[in-house]
Amino acid sequence: MDSNRSGRRRFLKHAAALAGLASGAVSSASGQSAGSEAQPKDVHIHGEPSRFATTLGSGRGVRLRLDHMTYYTPLQDSAGIITPASLHFMQTHSSRLPDIDPQQHRLTIHGMVDRPLSFSLEDLKRLPSVNRIYFVECHGNGSSTLHSTDDPKMGLPVQYIHGMTSCSEWTGVPLSVLLNEAGVQKGANWLVSEGADEGKFTHTLPLAKAMDDVIVAYAQNGEPVRPEQGYPMRLLVPGFEGPSSVKWLRHIKVVDQPYMTWNESMNHSIPRPDLGGKSRWYHFEMAPKSVITRPSGGLKIPGRGFYEITGLAWSGGGAIRKVEVSTDGGRSWKEANLQTPVLPKAHTRFTVDWAWDGEEAVLQSRCTDERGEVQPSLAELYRNWGITDVASQKTSRAIHINAIQPWRVDRDGSVHDAMFS
Amino acid sequence: MGAYTMRCSLNLLVPVTVLAASVMGLAQSRPYNLGTPLSQEEIRGFDFMVGPEGKELPGGRGTAKEGAEIFAKRCALCHGRNGEGGSAQRLVLGSPGNPHRGPFKDTEKSATSYYPYPTIAWDYINRAMPANKPGSLTPDEVYAVVAFLFYRNGIIQESDVLDAKSLPKIEMPNRNGFVPAVPVWPPDPKKPSWF
Repeated sequence: MDSNRSGRRRFLKHAAALAGLASGAVSSASGQSAGSEAQPKDVHIHGEPSRFATTLGSGRGVRLRLDHMTYYTPLQDSAGIITPASLHFMQTHSSRLPDIDPQQHRLTIHGMVDRPLSFSLEDLKRLPSVNRIYFVECHGNGSSTLHSTDDPKMGLPVQYIHGMTSCSEWTGVPLSVLLNEAGVQKGANWLVSEGADEGKFTHTLPLAKAMDDVIVAYAQNGEPVRPEQGYPMRLLVPGFEGPSSVKWLRHIKVVDQPYMTWNESMNHSIPRPDLGGKSRWYHFEMAPKSVITRPSGGLKIPGRGFYEITGLAWSGGGAIRKVEVSTDGGRSWKEANLQTPVLPKAHTRFTVDWAWDGEEAVLQSRCTDERGEVQPSLAELYRNWGITDVASQKTSRAIHINAIQPWRVDRDGSVHDAMFS
Repeated sequence: MGAYTMRCSLNLLVPVTVLAASVMGLAQSRPYNLGTPLSQEEIRGFDFMVGPEGKELPGGRGTAKEGAEIFAKRCALCHGRNGEGGSAQRLVLGSPGNPHRGPFKDTEKSATSYYPYPTIAWDYINRAMPANKPGSLTPDEVYAVVAFLFYRNGIIQESDVLDAKSLPKIEMPNRNGFVPAVPVWPPDPKKPSWF
């Protein structure tokens, strides 16, 4: 956790530096205003969970880094496939979230269109809507550096390693409807979208994807999209790496080439040894992945006997076809039950029965999606990328990690992250 | 409208037909007729995203010398006096006249010499920096800060003037450092998903 602590120190120092520079303005972005004065809070208005209801801590985990503010979904407590909006992971590159009055907010569609248009939230709600269940996953989820811990006995809970994936029912207007209203011109192939956050988060999207299944979402799990998820509206790009789903969506420009903006070129490109040190960028789709959420790192199971092993599987390439579970370190595999619904580009809940005999065991899951893509081990994945020695593997900042996650159950019932041991 | 009025006075049937056709055409192309049309002037007020060809770059100009002063006032507190990094990321790698030509380590990516196109620095600084007051630099100031950073990274000469014409022409040392060279969708079916 040393790097995390120093990361937090840098975050606070940086925040202080910015505060020192600030000239008192709250925000200059349009559609934003200072928050109203605090009112006494009635906890029943939106409801709160029991203070006894979580097994590890209380809700999301948090890491504050210089240029990333991250809250992790507590996967170890999750059930079913839907993540409550209040527990959906959140990552932002701005240190403050925009506070947007929807009366002032407009989504513009411009660039290579016949009729540049702006849409209010009310306009969107009048248009034909869809409800779709999709996961959103940060492309840095599960990366090597998230496995570090200063307590080798306990390991980090699954939320801090894999908790940057969440799954919701999203309600909104297909982006194709808006693009057809505006009339996309010949020669257009890409979109570039900008959020209303201070950092003007910007990402490029292929037009073919935009016309396929992308939603401009204004609701999540039956309530308005929350501020941290992009209120009043966001892109939801099914199966693509999280940053594609631009939050606080404000401008969509239709263009004839990818825009290679700062986040895409710098933050989200990764040098790779197998490419001669060149950087992979525009990876777009998330590969098939699964993780056992219970029992998982940091938990302790009380004694020998029956346990239902449960976890989540998902793929940006479609529906999950099969999940296999091993309880003996990968020597044998047993096909898990897939609980319905099994939906494309959504979390799928799997379970398998297990009788623990009290001996050390290593639990892991591996999934196959509808295209036949199989989740690899970390060693296989890193071998493909030319990251061969263990020291490099441990410190690699590679993204798009969909490796099999092993959990080691010690004889005392404590469960540990066994990715590197 | 002139033609419409003239036709109207000549034959009442023609304009009715034309009108009906145009309403149908509109209905087909814009089925819901929702959303508010934007004027070109309104679009100019928010259309600040700059692509790799620099088509959207505004007028203005700047040099590294001018940029050094602005950098000291607006950027150095977080990024270090010469862009070597501080509480925020380093922006400089290599030195004047001696650019880093790669490969880049992960920790070196934040240097502007990593960027494949010169417009990326302009676009990001213009819209998102400085972090305490994004969008507050004038076009002249952004050209100057970019010139300063490119000079410190060894990409341009100290006397070079950057403007809408000269900036997009700069050849970045890491221009060919990205795979695939041009992003593609859908992906090549012969490539495995880990690629």
